[in-house]
Amino acid sequence: MSTHAITTQKVNFKVFRFNADEDYLPYYDSYEMEVTSEEVVLDILNRIKWDHDGSFSYRRSCRHGICGACAIKVNGRSTLACKERMHDMVELFGKDLTLEPLSIKRAIKDMIIDKADFWEKHAAVKPYLISDVEEHPEHEHLVTPEEAEELLEADLCIQCGACHYACPVVEINSDFFGPAAFAKAYRFEADVRDEAHISRLEDLHAEQQGVWDCVKCYECAEVCPKDVNPIEKITKLHQMLFKEGVATSNVATRHAVGFKHSIARNGVLDEGGLVLYSEGPAIVKHLPVAFKMFTKGKIVPPWGITKSQNLDEIKKLVKSSSTAKF
Amino acid sequence: MKKLKYALFTGCTAKQSTPEQMKSTLAVANKLGIELVELVEASCCGASHLQDFDDFLSLVLNARNIAYAEKHGLTMVTICNTCQLNTAMTKHRLDKDEKLKARVNEKLAEVGLEYKGTSQITHFLYAIIDDFGLEEVKKLVVKPLSQFNIAPFYGCHNIRPSELQNETHKSPESAYRPTSLDDLIIACGGANVDYEEKNKCCGFHAELQAQHTAATLTGKAIAGAMDNNADWMVTPCPLCHLKLDTQTAHASHAIGRDVALPVLHMQQMVGLALGCTPDELGLKHHVTKVDFV
Repeated sequence: MSTHAITTQKVNFKVFRFNADEDYLPYYDSYEMEVTSEEVVLDILNRIKWDHDGSFSYRRSCRHGICGACAIKVNGRSTLACKERMHDMVELFGKDLTLEPLSIKRAIKDMIIDKADFWEKHAAVKPYLISDVEEHPEHEHLVTPEEAEELLEADLCIQCGACHYACPVVEINSDFFGPAAFAKAYRFEADVRDEAHISRLEDLHAEQQGVWDCVKCYECAEVCPKDVNPIEKITKLHQMLFKEGVATSNVATRHAVGFKHSIARNGVLDEGGLVLYSEGPAIVKHLPVAFKMFTKGKIVPPWGITKSQNLDEIKKLVKSSSTAKF
Repeated sequence: MKKLKYALFTGCTAKQSTPEQMKSTLAVANKLGIELVELVEASCCGASHLQDFDDFLSLVLNARNIAYAEKHGLTMVTICNTCQLNTAMTKHRLDKDEKLKARVNEKLAEVGLEYKGTSQITHFLYAIIDDFGLEEVKKLVVKPLSQFNIAPFYGCHNIRPSELQNETHKSPESAYRPTSLDDLIIACGGANVDYEEKNKCCGFHAELQAQHTAATLTGKAIAGAMDNNADWMVTPCPLCHLKLDTQTAHASHAIGRDVALPVLHMQQMVGLALGCTPDELGLKHHVTKVDFV
C-alpha cells in the first residue's frame, strides 16, 4: 500500500450493458468519473449503480477478496473488482477503461454471467475429500506441516472464475475442465487423506476435458487474484498421472516422454523424430505441412542433426537424474 | 559503447525447423556489433513438456545449460520464448531453494559441472532493448520500414508469468499491455499495429493433442492482425513463428475463413531495417511467402 496522499483523476468508463430478457444486442454506456487513488474497481461499480443507473447489475458480497463474486473484466483482463485498485488499473491501461463481464457470451444482465459451466467443471473433478472415515476413529488423522504445505496454495482458490474465463482453451473447447477445476482437483489429489486418487486422476487424464489440452499460456497464473498459480498445479497433475501409472500411451504422453528419449540420443531435439514418436502412424496427417516445410529447407533428417557437444555428459545425466517412468 | 557479449542458447528449432532464425540472429548481431558465443554443449530445454514427465531431470538439464554460460562468465541470451521461460524458471527455482540447488548440483558434479547462479538469462529481444538500446538501433537503421503496418505477436512465454519475466529483463513489461516489440517496430521505422491477440497464445504447445484448439488460436491471431490492416506480423518466438507461418491451412479451416500473413522473426525485422539482404535473413525459408521484400 502506497503512502502517497489521496489524489483524484478523471477516468472514462465504457460499461457493458445487456439484459438477456429484453435486449437483442448488448450496448455500452459511457461515464466520465472523478476517481480517487484509494478506490477499487468495485467502488466504481457501486457508484455507477448508486449515482447513475439503479438498474445496473453486478455480483458483489464480501468486499474483502474472499467470496469470489465480483470478478469482471477490465480492458479484457480478468479482475477481482474488490481487490484491484483503480490507481493500478489506470497505471496499466490509461484513463479509458472498459468494464465487461468475465464472459460476454455468458452475460445474463450487465456484469452478471451464467457461471453454470464453471460450476459443472468444478463439480466434475469431485472437489471434496473422499475418505472412508471410521465412525469412531481411535486417533486423529495426522497431516504434517510439509504435507499441508503441498496443497495450501491451491486451497486459497475462491472460485471467482477469473482464470476460467481468461483461459483460451475454455473459450474454444467446451469439454475442457479449465484451470480452476484443475487447481481444485490438485488440492485434493495432494491431500494425503484423500482416497479417490486414481479415479479422479483418470478423469483428469481423459482427452478433451483433461490436463493434456492445456496450451501452457500462463494466463491463469497471471490473472489469479489469490496467487493459486493454476498452471503450476496442472504441471503437477501431469507428473502425478505418470507417477501413479494413470497416464496411458497417447499422443500427449508420448510427446512429453519423447523429449527425454530425444535428449538422451542427441542432446538437442530431433524434431521430426519427436513428432513420429508422439503420433505413430497418425503422422500421415502432418505430411502435407511437412512437405511444404521440406521444400523450404525446414526439415532436417535424423542423420543431419547437429548433436550437442559433450553428449556423454547429457547421456550420463539422463541416466542418473531420471525420476519418472513410463 | 562497450562491446556486448553473450552466451547464445540457440534452442533446437533454430538449428532445424527455423534455420532463418539462426541466420538472422547472427546477421543482426554482426550488424549491431554484438558478440555471441554459441553454447554448443547445450541440450534441449524440454520445451515445457519434459517437465510434465520428469521435473527433476528437466531442472538438471537446464541447470547444465546455464552452468556452461556461467563458465564463460556471460549472460545467457535465448532466441526462443519457451527456452527463455524454461531456463529462467530453472534459475528462479534453484536460486531461491538451496536444498533443490544442492540436489541438482550433486548430479551436475558427476560430470564435473556446477550451477552457481552467476549468469543472468535474457531473451535477445530484451538484450537489444535493455543493453544495446533502441536509440542506438535507430541510429543504425538504413532502410526504415516506414511503408509497413507491422503486427507484433509477443508469445506467451516472454510475457507470462510476468513476475518471473520481470526478474530477467530491466525494462518492465506488462503481460496485458506489453510494449517491447511495439517499441522495436517503431525504432525500425515501422508502424505498430494494435490488436487484441497480440499478447495471446498461438496454441503451439497443444498442437498435437488438441489440434482444433491450437489451430483456432493461430487463426484468431492472424485474423486479428489482418483485420487491423497489418501488412505482416513479427514475433520473438520461433514456436509462434512455426504456428503462424506453417499452419495457415489448419488455422483457416478452424476459424472458417482464409487467413495468412507473412510472419517475420524479430531478428529478421531488425535485419531488414539495418540493411541485411533477404539471403542473410533466410527469407526463402518461410512457408507463407515473404512477398514484400
